[in-house]
Amino acid sequence: MNQKNETLLEIHDLSISFRMYSHGLEQRDLQVISDLYLTVYPGEIVAIAGSSGSGKSLLASAILGILPENAAVHGHLHYKGQELTPELQKQLRGKEIALAPQSVTFLDPLMKTGPQVDGHRRPKPIDKRKQLFQRFELPDTTQHLYPFQLSGGMARRVLVSAALITGAELIIADEPTPGMSLEQALEALRMLREMTNEGKSVILITHDIDLAFEFSDRVAVFYAGTTVETAPASDFKTGPEALRHPYSKALWRALPQNGFQPIEGFQPYAGDLPKGCLFAPRCPYRTSRCISNVPPVREVRGGEVRCYHGA
Amino acid sequence: MKETIKRLARIFFIYSIRIISLLLAVTIVSFLLVSVSPIDPVQQYILGLGTAISPEQRAEIEDYWGINKPPAERYFSWLSEVLQGNLGESALYRRPVADIICERFLNSLALMLCSWMLSGAIGFALGCVMGMYRNRLPDRLLKKICYVLSSLPVFWLGLVLLLIFSVWLKWFPVGFSSPIGVRNEDVTIWQRLYHLILPAFTLSFMSFANIALHTRQKLVDVMNSEYVLFARARGEGEWTILRRHGLRNILLPALTLQFASFAELFGGSVMAENVFSYPGLGSAMSAAGLNSDVPLLLGVTLFSALFVCTGNMIANLLYGIVDPQIIQVKS
Repeated sequence: MNQKNETLLEIHDLSISFRMYSHGLEQRDLQVISDLYLTVYPGEIVAIAGSSGSGKSLLASAILGILPENAAVHGHLHYKGQELTPELQKQLRGKEIALAPQSVTFLDPLMKTGPQVDGHRRPKPIDKRKQLFQRFELPDTTQHLYPFQLSGGMARRVLVSAALITGAELIIADEPTPGMSLEQALEALRMLREMTNEGKSVILITHDIDLAFEFSDRVAVFYAGTTVETAPASDFKTGPEALRHPYSKALWRALPQNGFQPIEGFQPYAGDLPKGCLFAPRCPYRTSRCISNVPPVREVRGGEVRCYHGA
Repeated sequence: MKETIKRLARIFFIYSIRIISLLLAVTIVSFLLVSVSPIDPVQQYILGLGTAISPEQRAEIEDYWGINKPPAERYFSWLSEVLQGNLGESALYRRPVADIICERFLNSLALMLCSWMLSGAIGFALGCVMGMYRNRLPDRLLKKICYVLSSLPVFWLGLVLLLIFSVWLKWFPVGFSSPIGVRNEDVTIWQRLYHLILPAFTLSFMSFANIALHTRQKLVDVMNSEYVLFARARGEGEWTILRRHGLRNILLPALTLQFASFAELFGGSVMAENVFSYPGLGSAMSAAGLNSDVPLLLGVTLFSALFVCTGNMIANLLYGIVDPQIIQVKS
């Protein structure tokens, strides 16, 4: 209980499934996130790394309570020690927890950028928006443009502005940097870092793993809808020997600068998940225990890992 | 601004050419249909005279009208008259067709305009409600009502309304556009409106269900979009979302649909006007058809084609004026 008060956000054993109709009227539940855990402390940037379909964006929706109606959520979500109920989520979203979405399609196609970034709350934060645009090198005329008139990089900067303008305690940035120039990406991450210096926190969902390692405090590795490892970002700079989970090691080795070595197989699809450890079918260290049982989360060398063998 | 006007002028020019060529096609097809139909215009004309006629006189009329000339020649002589504004004389009413169309159209316009605005407003509002309560009780209920309404024939609905509100409740008159026994120039606008209410409602009942269902579907799409998801993530409530993003994004398709519904409106007015004995263009059309009044029939056909075309053109032009994405692409 004591620890819950210190964390900003604590998620454990989170599962999300969607009710689908497969053949005619036959219903079935498609599990897309299983037994996921994540802890965010005040004043830190937690990067979430993982391939497409590992449930990164869904997690953002689950935290904000904006999953589609056919989704069922099980597990525990706590914000500042309080259980995140739908009512609390409704109060917090856009105020204390803000989202920087991943593409221009999250902007209303028929609303100009300025009012869109300002949001629906009054008084309109026009001065703050102008400041943000200036820091992001967005020309003053950007506010009069419609989303389809923005370039990819401009759109990302607008989306990040829309999250920063709220002054939220926790920002969930979903792929904020692609399309930006290196300087702009660095500026965006610097602004997120400034936030954390004020005691606020950031969840950085990203494909851009190098940038994530460079700018985050901790990294959570997602695989097939679960967290396989959380580790200090410095471990990823050290190399595979500092990492705990076989998938994290494989991910590290698959990076271009680290040998570009892929491993066999592919991430299992939701609805066709293995019974035991989700990574077992591709794991070089698997034993019969991994195939039949889901390994528990263990603390290993200042990080957490969901593996029987990781050390 | 100057750019916009230039662009609109160009679009307008293109549409004008389209409308003219379409009208030409309509004249050819309708003339062809009438000339192969068993209608004998001379016979109808003679019947209308009310006096007996000798075979020689009849032959003289046929000769004067050019009945025995080849169809192409007859078509071109008719077309050249039409182009000069002469639509001929109605065999039924013994008056120039152009005058009849003008007079009847004003009556119809009042009726169609009322029901058009009524169905647009009711349909849009209902569609919004259905979209906001999607898949819940109010939506399911309204959807069923809409399906029932849009599958009811207009004339049947008209008869039922007439039975309930005019015969039983005696709230509204049974027919016509003005009270019986009052001179045309003495009829007040209130009396005209009073006579208009029931036919206008009947006519709008036909199309608002359609508009409501379309609006609902569009709103459901919008509410499932990513930008609405982001709006939710920012803490906007459902009704704020409707106000800020919903209306903005469904108004354009609704507007287009509204103007494109001119064809249905005209088709429906033929039925509604007959049921309510309302002296509009629709009832003139059916009278012309039933009495083999060829000049009037052709005249009304041409006019209704022009009417529907204009509606579609307005819909297309509006899209270009209102939607920033289209404006950008075209310029």
